[in-house]
Formats: sequence, structure tokens, C-alpha cells
Amino acid sequence: MLKTAICKALNSATESGWVLEPDAKHLLRTAGLKVPAFKVCPQVSEAVAWAGKIGYPVVAKVVSPKAMHKSELKGVVVGIGDDDALREAYKRFRRIDGFCGMLVESIAAGVEVIVGAKIDYQFGPVILLGMGGTAVEIYQDTAIRMAPLIERDVWSMVGSLKARRLLEGYRGSEAVSMEALVETMLTFSDLVLTLGERFESIDLNPVMCSAEDCIIVDARIVLATT
Amino acid sequence: MDLKPLFSPETIAVIGVSRTNDRHPANVIYSKLRLRYPVKVFPVNPKGGEIQRETIYPEVTEIPDKIDLAVIAARAEFVPAILSRCVKAKVGGATIISGGFAEVGRADLQQRLVDIAREADFPFIGPNCLGIYVPRQFDTFFLPGQRLIRPDEGSVAIVSQSGGVLVDQMVKFAGQNVGLSLAVSIGNKAVVRELDLLTYLSQDTATRVIAFYVEGFEKNEGRTFVQAASRCGKPVIVLKAGKSALGSRAVSSHTASLAGDYTVFSQVLTQHGIVEARDEFEMVSFCESLSCYQRSISGRVGIITASGGHGVIAVDTCSAHGLTVPQLNSDIETDIQKHLSVSVQQIASLANPVDLTGSAVDEDFIAAATGLSASPDIDCVLILLLPYSPGISSDLGARLSHVYQKEGKPMVAYVPHEEKYRMLIEGFELNRVPVSSSIEGAVLMVEAMRRCQPC
Repeated sequence: MLKTAICKALNSATESGWVLEPDAKHLLRTAGLKVPAFKVCPQVSEAVAWAGKIGYPVVAKVVSPKAMHKSELKGVVVGIGDDDALREAYKRFRRIDGFCGMLVESIAAGVEVIVGAKIDYQFGPVILLGMGGTAVEIYQDTAIRMAPLIERDVWSMVGSLKARRLLEGYRGSEAVSMEALVETMLTFSDLVLTLGERFESIDLNPVMCSAEDCIIVDARIVLATT
Repeated sequence: MDLKPLFSPETIAVIGVSRTNDRHPANVIYSKLRLRYPVKVFPVNPKGGEIQRETIYPEVTEIPDKIDLAVIAARAEFVPAILSRCVKAKVGGATIISGGFAEVGRADLQQRLVDIAREADFPFIGPNCLGIYVPRQFDTFFLPGQRLIRPDEGSVAIVSQSGGVLVDQMVKFAGQNVGLSLAVSIGNKAVVRELDLLTYLSQDTATRVIAFYVEGFEKNEGRTFVQAASRCGKPVIVLKAGKSALGSRAVSSHTASLAGDYTVFSQVLTQHGIVEARDEFEMVSFCESLSCYQRSISGRVGIITASGGHGVIAVDTCSAHGLTVPQLNSDIETDIQKHLSVSVQQIASLANPVDLTGSAVDEDFIAAATGLSASPDIDCVLILLLPYSPGISSDLGARLSHVYQKEGKPMVAYVPHEEKYRMLIEGFELNRVPVSSSIEGAVLMVEAMRRCQPC
């Protein structure tokens, strides 16, 4: 089943060599990772029906092979509270180049982390964990280990982050579940090894880590250039 | 591939000696081998003739003795044929000093060497290298002996891609009295590479620590190297050159941008318990420390000083290097206090750092070192020894190292490296307690022990 999902994701990759978010999320879910309840809605009526089903507030994102950096194109709206706002987002997204649908999903909360992978020339597949969000490259607070990871690696990665106290529970906030984070990292490490050299790099960013679980809110898989 | 003939040869052929130019690399090598080392050496040049009143053999195949090592310093285009004749003569291995291969775009010529060697399972170092230095046994450096700073024999092996860096590093080792089991510059590393040397040196009884100067690995070679290093049973130290990213490659994702080549390199080393030295200074301190201690510690330091100021500086330096200087429990303090000399009892400060003051005598240091060695809160003792104090004798180094031998808690010392304190310093070093000429260096020695574990 994972094999099928991998093939599907790789085959559906855009001409520029990256996997569309819904395909990437489907692949991650099949691999045993957690993603929000989501649906790609080509029509606005479907979007409204789906949002009604999962319950407001929701997140809406543009699906377009030409929109790799969705937020830069204003193709992401978080915290949509009702049908009108959802219709409004749809209307705007439809004007984005390459529009082929609107992804509607439930909102996940927690500490934003980035989980990533790349194929390093000298060391092969490596896994990254860091403080996530849109400012990752500004804070550059990350830890890197060679795959496959073992549980001890995940603990030492967290321990080496400057912002580790945000994960350990800071000023009254709950600590994130290390059990869930370890599980997520080890499952991701397995997936990375299964993908082998077919990909170049993967960003799971943000992954929302809470006291209960780690949910992958956005995913970008860039394929290897052959 | 059997690398033994490369590193412990009894017979050496130097191929490419000149009859007329004494400064030719082959002549420099021939000369030093013949005059200074316990090896039998044979000069080779197709033109024959004599050098230093010895007959030059026209071919390696014509030497009557079985040759362990051939040192090849001839023009690049002749080297493939020379290598073939070495194989034919059943030479044990070669060091190819000559340049003019992949480093100048002649990858084809280098590939011919590799093909010959692979087919015959024939090991060679280089090309484009200085080759091998084994203290008191032999060396293939084309640098005249009188120009070299030569570290004495010891237990650190260094493998360097660059010959120039290796020679420079040897100066620093000699300066800190750190001895070498072997130093080798591998140049273009066409056949014998870091991994081969790691495997060989992990079995070499003279080597306790293996240090590498690496510019870069081939595809996935780093992966195999770190896995082998973490299993090799000896501390491995790596100094990486080429840390800055060349140019601004366009990257496709945050991960690709955040996980640059050097960042990955550095963190993967840490993951596998390989100690990364950031510069040559760290390299020397780490090597000296880990050649004495192969067990890792968590980094809780107990400091003994005869000067309050040195204690404060040491605490700051420990803190900057991720080490802690914990409080001592009162039992330990009481125990130390009990054993101090009467005059020092009144004025010593027994919190960590233990400040014995300028009035301290040898016995006070022994009492403090014994007390700290017994403390469960301390896993390394750092001794700041100022030999200017009138109560300190030249025997103190040896006496303190006996405390280590008895108690088993790692000890490092700072002693100013001045000639007149040599006996004090040797008292430590000959009994395998590392000594640095600076507080920073001594703290680095402790840090090496902390970092020598997978995390």
C-alpha cells in the first residue's frame, strides 16, 4: 500500500519536480504519519460541504502545480470561520495560476517544528528536526542526524535545540509528547529510507506538536533530478 | 589489501633518484633513509650510475632483495609503467609522491594507476602526497630532515589529505610533546583512502587515537566512514577543511538550505561519537587527551588551583565549553580539609575550584586531588599548576599522576611550558596524564573526553 502511494505521489509530481501537497499528505498518511483531515475540492460547493462535515474553523490552501510557495502567493488562509469566508477564499484562489482545487482541512495546534530530510552527497539520507514555521531559515535552530534514526537520536536532537524549552513546556504551556515525536521521527526515517534516492529533499513544515500528537500541516517533497 | 608493508618496511626502493640533482625529491628521500633510519634502501633510475657511491638499479625488478615499499618520485607519465614493474617484482606497496594526476585534470592517468593496483591487489598511497612518517623507523617526506620539526614516537596516528597541513600539524604536536605512531599524507587518495587507514589503524597496537584532516568524501563514503569509526574501538578525531559553502547554490527547500554540507558533516560526526576539532589547536589538545583517556565522561570538572584568578578563568572556560564545575558535597570538603597542611588549612578555599593558595606544598595538591577523585559529583580533575609557588617541588607531576593511577579518575594539568619546568611536566606526561601549556588547552582536553561519545 505504501508502495502504491509512493508510486502515485512520484508519478503525480509536477513538471518542476515536486509533489503536490494533497499527494504528499496521502503518502505520509499511508506511511503511518499524522496529517489533518483534508479534502481537495475543485468546486466551491464541495468545499462548503466538507467544511461543514469537519466543522469550522478550517484552513484553506490553493492546490496548483505552479504554486510551490503557497503562502507567498497568498494561497493559504488559516482560521476560516464560516461558509462566506470559505467562498471568499475560493474566489481568490481561483485566480492563482494553475489553480486545480482548494484543499480544506481541520486546524491543528501545538508548537511548530520542521521535520526534514535530504540526500547528502557524502552521508546519504539525513534527517533534520528544528523549530518550524515560516521563519525557519532566520532562526536556523535545527539538529541533523544520519538516517536511520534510533530513539536516542531523537532525544539528543531535541536536547541540542536552542528552543528546546518550548518543547519541554515553557511558562505554563504543556510539554509536547516525546512519545509522539519519537514515533513521528522514526516513522519518517523509515519512509525516507524507503524512498531512497528518488527524492532530493523533504520539508514537513510546520508539524504541530502538542501534548497529544504531532500533526503534519504542510509537506513538500522535491524529487531527485535524473 | 595488506597495508603493513607500507608502514613497517624493512626494505625500501626509491624510484626516480637523480644522479645530478641532490635536491630532487627522490634524492632527499633516499638520502635521509640511507643515513638516518634502520631500513635497507635501494636507489632506482633507468639510467643507472651511482649515488652517494652506491649503485643505482635501472629497474626495481633488478634489486636482489625483496622490497617492502617503493617510494615513487618520477614524472607522472612514467608512473604507470613503474607501478607495473613494482607489481611484477612483488613489492609490498608504494607511496607515489609524484604530482601531475587528477589534481591537474589528468584523471585518466590516475585511473591507470588505480586499474593496475586493483587488479594486483597492490596498495599505494597518493599520488601527489608527502607519504608516510613513522618516528624512528622511516619517512618518505621529500623535506630535508634538518628542516623538519619531528615529533617523537607516541600513540597518535594522523591521516591528512594535505601534506602541507600535516607537516604544520606535526610542528604543533612536537611543540606540545605529543608523540606519533604514524603520520600519513594521502594526497589524491586514489587507492588507499581514509576508510582503509581507519581499518588498519584500529588494529595497530602502537596507535591509541586516530586523527584525520579531511577535505571531503566521495558519494556516500562519509556514511561508511562514520559507521566504521564509531565501531573501531579507538577515539577518532576529525578536522574538516572546506567549511564554507562555495557559491550560492539554489536550494529547493528549507531542509536543503539548513542542512548545508558542513552542517551535516559536523552533526553526523557528533552523532557517531567522533570528536570534531575545529582548528589545529583543538586537534593537538584532543589528541593528547584521548591518547591518555579512552573513556568518555559527562563533563563535571573539579578544579585545583594555587591562584584564585586561574580558578576563575578556568571556570569561565569550562562553562564556555559546555562543562560544569559542580559544588562539592561537605564530606569531600571535610576530607580534603583534614589532609591539608596546617598553614594551608586556615586559608584554602574548599568550594570548587579548590584554591590551595600560593602557600600550598606538594602534599596539599595530593590531598585535594585524592579528595576530588573520590567525589561522585566530579568526573575529571583539572589541576592548574603554577610552578612559581615556593612550596611546589619538581616531583609533583609524577606524584599527582600516581593519584590518577590509584584512583582512576581522569586528570589533566595546566603547566606553563617553560624549559625549566620540564621535569614537572614530564612527571605528568611520562605517567600518561596530559598537560597543556594553557588553561584553554587543558579545558579542551576535558572537552575531548566529554565529546568522545555518540549523542
